[in-house]
Amino acid sequence: MPPTIALDVIRYRPERNEEPSFQTYEVPFRDDWVVLDALNYIKDWLDGSLSFRWSCRMGVCGSCGMMVNGQPKLTCAAYLSDHQPGPIRVEPLNYFPIVRDLVVDITEFLRKLTKVKPWIIRDQVWPVEEGEYRQTPAQLDTYRQFSQCINCMLCYAACPIVGLEPEFVGPAAIALAQRYNLDSRDEAAKQRLKILSDHAGIWGCTFVGECTQVCPKHVDPAGAIQQFKLTGALDALKSLLLPWGTR
Amino acid sequence: MTERLTPFLWILFSLGGTIAAFLFPVHLFLGGLAFPLGWLDAPSYEALRGLVQHPVVRLYLFVVISLPLFHWAHRFRYTLYDGLQLYHLTVLIAVLCYGAALVGTAVAAYTLWNLA
Amino acid sequence: MSDLSHHTRYHPRWYRRRMSVWWWLKNRAYSKFVLRELTSVFVALFAILFLWQLRALAHGPDAYAQFTARLKAPLFLTIDTVAFLFVLFHTITWFNLTPTAMVVRVRGKRVPDKIVAGSNYIVWVLLSGIVAWILTRG
Repeated sequence: MPPTIALDVIRYRPERNEEPSFQTYEVPFRDDWVVLDALNYIKDWLDGSLSFRWSCRMGVCGSCGMMVNGQPKLTCAAYLSDHQPGPIRVEPLNYFPIVRDLVVDITEFLRKLTKVKPWIIRDQVWPVEEGEYRQTPAQLDTYRQFSQCINCMLCYAACPIVGLEPEFVGPAAIALAQRYNLDSRDEAAKQRLKILSDHAGIWGCTFVGECTQVCPKHVDPAGAIQQFKLTGALDALKSLLLPWGTR
Repeated sequence: MTERLTPFLWILFSLGGTIAAFLFPVHLFLGGLAFPLGWLDAPSYEALRGLVQHPVVRLYLFVVISLPLFHWAHRFRYTLYDGLQLYHLTVLIAVLCYGAALVGTAVAAYTLWNLA
Repeated sequence: MSDLSHHTRYHPRWYRRRMSVWWWLKNRAYSKFVLRELTSVFVALFAILFLWQLRALAHGPDAYAQFTARLKAPLFLTIDTVAFLFVLFHTITWFNLTPTAMVVRVRGKRVPDKIVAGSNYIVWVLLSGIVAWILTRG
């Protein structure tokens, strides 16, 4: 008999269940399978009613993030062999409202993302004929790391502050704000500092650091937030010492 | 109000944390363990009085006591209301924590002023 | 059809999980974080002890002798040992997180985290040596 492994999967069907509960599935164990393969096996062969999000299967789209044994993971990169002997606990991402089974509602996350104005803002926009905004490799290097985010929201599921304070803008959005602040073509760092200079922004973070630990793209949101705090603190100090200066 | 103060409180927290990280282990090891247990000879009363005569030493002592107290106030405040979810007590906790640090700072200033 | 009276078809009914008051015990990283934050209590404790020592110093030789005698009591030695371990934990976590919070660039290149953290430890050893030398030279 071929080897199998058990998956304890959260089920929540709002029309039938008052609250989520675990359902156990026995799936074939294969060395080259990830948790997402196991979920697809369940969907195809065992229980077609299981709902979950996925797309690229290669760590690029950021849609298959779930809690695997309590840790936020891209299920397309979480190998069954790393979670032997099982059962493997699969849950929807922490701190997000559950829509159905493993599917969470990300409306709030999208609202927070746009709140930080993650696009290039300039006082003067050049006409296209004048050519592109040029940037040296060194200038690119200052923010490149923060631009690697795929919006998989693992950092939100890792951050206790996200769970404790629903208004907290959260790791990915602040890292993205910092990505544009550090972009030599952008001129809106002051605006973003104003938006994020409160308890829902950078000052809500207590540097737990788990966002950086779980990030599959090594974005280091914790670093981005602390660096943002330093900028914010120096800015506050400057406007205190030079109140007549440009604000 | 508190939102405008936060950056400054964070600066005090950071400076205090840095000072505590660099200097507290050695002071605590010597004063709390090595001297009382006789591992090393403790400086005499007269030697210490002589040492604190120097204004730089008194300034050092003031900074080393005051800033780490603000470090505690900031960290402990967040730990209290995040850890125990006491959001309705945010203001009270902040007043108590930073207030305690202020009192400690005042006592330190008074003591060191009179120690000259 | 719906079995739940408050479920309306085509209207989502999201389930929100409540955060437990004991959230920081449910995950090792969270526990370590809270432990790190609680080092501040021992930092404050030692600052107060330090202040107490200065007050004893100000009150004269007898008060100071009483203070140093008190430090030899098992209760104080226990407190100081625990405080020392926590303060040490603070030092290590603080140094190791410095490179994340502060980016140091030399000629446009980011200095590797290990070097930033490592230089903290070197300065720490130097400062500790100076303090120990001043206090023990007799």
